[in-house]
Amino acid sequence: MSAPTVETPRRALAWRPGPVALAGAVAVVLVIAGELVSPGFAGYGQLVNLMRVAAFLGVIAIGQTIVIIAGGGGVDLSVGKVATFAAIIGSRVMAGDDANIVPAVALALLVSAGIGLVNGLGVTLLRIPPFVMTLGMIGVVQGLILAYTGGQASGRAAPALTSLVNGRIVFDLPGLLFLWLLLGLLAVWLLRRTTFGWNLYAVGANRTAAELTGVRPGRTLVLAYVLSATFAGLAGILLLGYTESVFLDLADQYMLPSVAAVVIGGTLLAGGIGGYAGTAVGAIVLTVLQGLLTTLDIGGAWRTVVNGVVLLVLLSLYGRQRRLRS
Amino acid sequence: MRGLFPGVRLPGVQLSGAATVAMLVVAVVVNSALQPNFWSGYALTSNFATFVPLVAIAVGQTVVVLSGGIDLSLGAQVTLASVVAVRIVDGQLDRLPQAVAAALGVGLVCGALNGLVVALVRLQPIVATFATSFVFSGLALVVLPTPGGSVPLEVTTAYRAAVLGVPVALLAILGLALLWWVLRRHRVLRHVYAVGGDPEAAYASLVPVARTRISAYVLGGLFAALAALAVLANTGSGDPFVGNELTLASVAAVVIGGTSLAGGRGGAGGSILGAIVLALVTNIVFFADVPTTYRQLVNGAVIILALALAGIPALQKRRPAA
Repeated sequence: MSAPTVETPRRALAWRPGPVALAGAVAVVLVIAGELVSPGFAGYGQLVNLMRVAAFLGVIAIGQTIVIIAGGGGVDLSVGKVATFAAIIGSRVMAGDDANIVPAVALALLVSAGIGLVNGLGVTLLRIPPFVMTLGMIGVVQGLILAYTGGQASGRAAPALTSLVNGRIVFDLPGLLFLWLLLGLLAVWLLRRTTFGWNLYAVGANRTAAELTGVRPGRTLVLAYVLSATFAGLAGILLLGYTESVFLDLADQYMLPSVAAVVIGGTLLAGGIGGYAGTAVGAIVLTVLQGLLTTLDIGGAWRTVVNGVVLLVLLSLYGRQRRLRS
Repeated sequence: MRGLFPGVRLPGVQLSGAATVAMLVVAVVVNSALQPNFWSGYALTSNFATFVPLVAIAVGQTVVVLSGGIDLSLGAQVTLASVVAVRIVDGQLDRLPQAVAAALGVGLVCGALNGLVVALVRLQPIVATFATSFVFSGLALVVLPTPGGSVPLEVTTAYRAAVLGVPVALLAILGLALLWWVLRRHRVLRHVYAVGGDPEAAYASLVPVARTRISAYVLGGLFAALAALAVLANTGSGDPFVGNELTLASVAAVVIGGTSLAGGRGGAGGSILGAIVLALVTNIVFFADVPTTYRQLVNGAVIILALALAGIPALQKRRPAA
């Protein structure tokens, strides 16, 4: 009966905080660091502001989480462009009129979902690696944007959308945060409580095994890409409500941070393991880091350098791969 | 018949995929039909002059991809190496050797940093090199905050000259191909293929996996430095944002060239052709009188098509779901 005596100390040594807790701790440390560097950083209004900025990344990263969990090198690089396109469509169809909100949002999400469908079909039917398929899609969506706008974004967010996103409802919190919470809960429900979610984890963990147990990997993957693009489109609409008018590269810069948020949140890029709670915390960490660096008076160039170094440190907390051993 | 025996590889030059060659032929034919003076000396020279940076960075990306990784910081490395070199040369021909050495040094250090982060800290390459790209592009802005600096006139003139009727830029591309051919014969590249194909098996066969991965990123950085020198010779001045668009294009070139993103299969010969195909597509769309606003859409659609076509041979070889 020597097994327990051997196992207990090993388990004690092997204990590590889960990725979500670790990322959360990092966020708290960053906020405290910010407060020390520039008093007022951790003030209520300032924190609410940071959370508001984090919400856009958080919503885009919902889809990214789904695609990455699906495995097989799954990643969606087109999310930033899709969000931009959705905002541009939304803005033009709305044209600043509340009556047009429903058709505008419907059209924007439909187009987004269509782009996701093409991504999904390219990945499953043509077997183009996801990285390359969605990379190529960036160029196509950029082309669609230019063709649709003629190089000049037009229109304006409807007032109702703006007040939904920016309006203070309870505790002086903007509506956007409640929308993010709602979408986040939807994502968790989708991943943990639906057949699609279970299939997704199964496909991500082992595609062949999933197929042998009756899951249709192709269908699950296509749906994953459709959802990814749709959530990106939704984030674009929210961003439109926030900025009120659009420009041609509105959401482009969210492309790789959405992947970073997923990884910092503890989801494996290899697929099959992870969840949205971690991603949400990851999005907050990245945004607080940005805010902290902005308050430091070190100039834009050095800020970019520090950003990269801190990102490396954050990734090495939980993004490490296992060691090769024989 | 590579692919039938995944573990066995033919020594020597690997035939780049037939699909890539076919695409190149089609692109050249279409381009020469649309661009009236395509075969004239001037058009050839200026076409090849713009190809070289992408070709160089695509070769670097190929080495990294073959090792099972990916380097999203290559474009930032091009930027950093080019601004460092332009600050050092400062328009004076006698400082050229130092500038070239500095650019290569930058590529070496950046590549080594990426290699350490990926191979020793064991971060996933996509996010790790994304993070280091911030470091490199930030440093580039520190070195040269705004576009400026100048390259000696002799360099830019020589770059667009021709030797015995052959454009210097074409010679540069051939030189890159030759460099790859030499590397391909070296033990390091054999290890890179082994590690990219199956790291566990490579580890079990006493291949130094970590060291090989680091070498792959260092080689990637050195090719990025060569791309930086080509950018400088082509544009004649420094720009702290010049490399941004090269990163993703380099990945596209690698895939169009038939190299598997999973690692271990492919070669830089295909990537060189892939880079030229990519550049020709832009040319074709320009000369095909596509309305300005639709140009990018057509461009993007053709590139997706090329990416899909490049994958067809792999599709036939490996039917079962993997």
